[in-house]
Amino acid sequence: MSDLSDLYQEILLEHNSKPRNFRKLDDATVFAEGFNPLCGDQYTVYLKLDRNESEEDVVSDISFQGAGCAISKASGSMLTQRVKGMTLPEADALFHQFHRMLTEPGAELDYDLLDDLEMLAGVAEYPTRIKCAILIWHALRAAMEGKNDVVTTE
Amino acid sequence: MNSPSNAFDVERIRADFPVLHQEVNGHPLVYLDNAATSQKPQCVIDALVNYYATENSNVHRGVHTLSQHATDDYEAARSKVRRFINAAEDHELIYVRGTTEGINLVAQTYGRQNIGEGDEIVISGMEHHSNIVPWQILSQETGAVLKVAPFNDDGELLLDEYEKLLNPRTKLVSIVHQSNAMGTINPMETIIELAHARGVPVLVDGAQSIPHIPVDVRKLDCDFFAFSGHKLYGPTGIGILYGKTELLEQMPPYQSGGEMIRSVTFEKTLYNILPHKFEAGTPNIAGSIGLGAAVDYIESIGMERIAAYEKELLDYGTGRLSGIEGLKLIGTAREKGGILSFTLGDIHPHDIGTIMDSQGIAIRTGHHCAQPVMQRFAIPATARASLAFYNTRAEIDALVKGIDRVLEVFS
Repeated sequence: MSDLSDLYQEILLEHNSKPRNFRKLDDATVFAEGFNPLCGDQYTVYLKLDRNESEEDVVSDISFQGAGCAISKASGSMLTQRVKGMTLPEADALFHQFHRMLTEPGAELDYDLLDDLEMLAGVAEYPTRIKCAILIWHALRAAMEGKNDVVTTE
Repeated sequence: MNSPSNAFDVERIRADFPVLHQEVNGHPLVYLDNAATSQKPQCVIDALVNYYATENSNVHRGVHTLSQHATDDYEAARSKVRRFINAAEDHELIYVRGTTEGINLVAQTYGRQNIGEGDEIVISGMEHHSNIVPWQILSQETGAVLKVAPFNDDGELLLDEYEKLLNPRTKLVSIVHQSNAMGTINPMETIIELAHARGVPVLVDGAQSIPHIPVDVRKLDCDFFAFSGHKLYGPTGIGILYGKTELLEQMPPYQSGGEMIRSVTFEKTLYNILPHKFEAGTPNIAGSIGLGAAVDYIESIGMERIAAYEKELLDYGTGRLSGIEGLKLIGTAREKGGILSFTLGDIHPHDIGTIMDSQGIAIRTGHHCAQPVMQRFAIPATARASLAFYNTRAEIDALVKGIDRVLEVFS
């Protein structure tokens, strides 16, 4: 196991105590809930989708709300910061990069796309906590697919 | 009382448990997850090895010598457990996989036979999911209604509220002896007396009580008592459902196949006598023998002494944890077993669990398969340290130090 401070970095703890975009989005066009039945972590992701000039779907606003551990909450906070303004294909690519970062050790990753999400790479060393970090991303994906439903980690 | 021969020598006991002597993440293992499963003494491990190494064969079938040895040991283990819980007859003990299967057996046999539309089943608000869901399924199948007796902020069952739920429609009470999430020890004798006064049988979920409280099923006068071997320092995959003879006799079989039959033709099958009527298929022979060895081991120490030592350890732990700012104990019943369930400010229990693990401390975090208890306290989860008689004050001190580290990380 790696050093605990690789997991609980200051920036993660800061996102946990002051999560960004942590509210319900009243004018959301799609939303989805993520639920981990093993630990009870539960978040809803709200997206406001608009069409840009190139007729692409763009996440013009995003928020999340719910309850869970520091890792899941920080992941949610950073997700909303990163995904805001992205087109749906861009957000989907980011989902895959993030997923690979935590589940495929040694995978070649697009660190420009991941940007500060790289900070969560240390979670990969804690197999029982990977689901915590990924939960909100599954909810994002479900929302993008317009499922408006509960996705679970199981 | 404290004569040298009577003193509780925890270090000697620890020597019997090989798993305790290892480092985890660079720290000596501090195993405080005993409510999830307990560790196994060497004699239980030896019993499993010995069975497979010297007498492995099927029971109640062969005329050959090994089969006879296996059958003798398998049935001797049943007798040991019968004495341990003071049941009247060996055949009142059905080997099952664990508490969960024991409860499901009663729900699917006694329940289906005796509980119908509009009938009521009474449980408590502090049940493990395994003593909720089987009754929900039965209720859905039969149109019966599940009634839930509430508990107070300390986690104590409200006996008067429980009594109010009992009425002529009540067909069964099924209540936990010791809460896994809070440690509350319920007043089972009173609960059973109140039910029996109205002719209602009672199932006791003994999963948490059996390793920590001396259990006498005849003194309790319970109708069913279910527990798991693995929480009693025995193997996984083996447990006991105790039932009174007159009830078991009337119940239909649970699963069907070999062993549970007396004779089979394509027209008609006659069922075997108790307990075999409920033991279809080749059973967990090694597990049963291992459970017998666990009972021998516990009796060599004595349940009364175990309970007294654990109480002392719990009191010490309660005192130490109560002194931590921001820590809230969930479950503060006057009658309580060795469970220290807590929340720590707004720090999520999973983060607590990971930081503890990095220091070699094994605790459980989450809802403990008792989500209604979490809902009652409006919390998502707790961190839970659960004690066994091989734990020490030094390990409680390590727990406190671990919590200090959590607070440091989140400061």
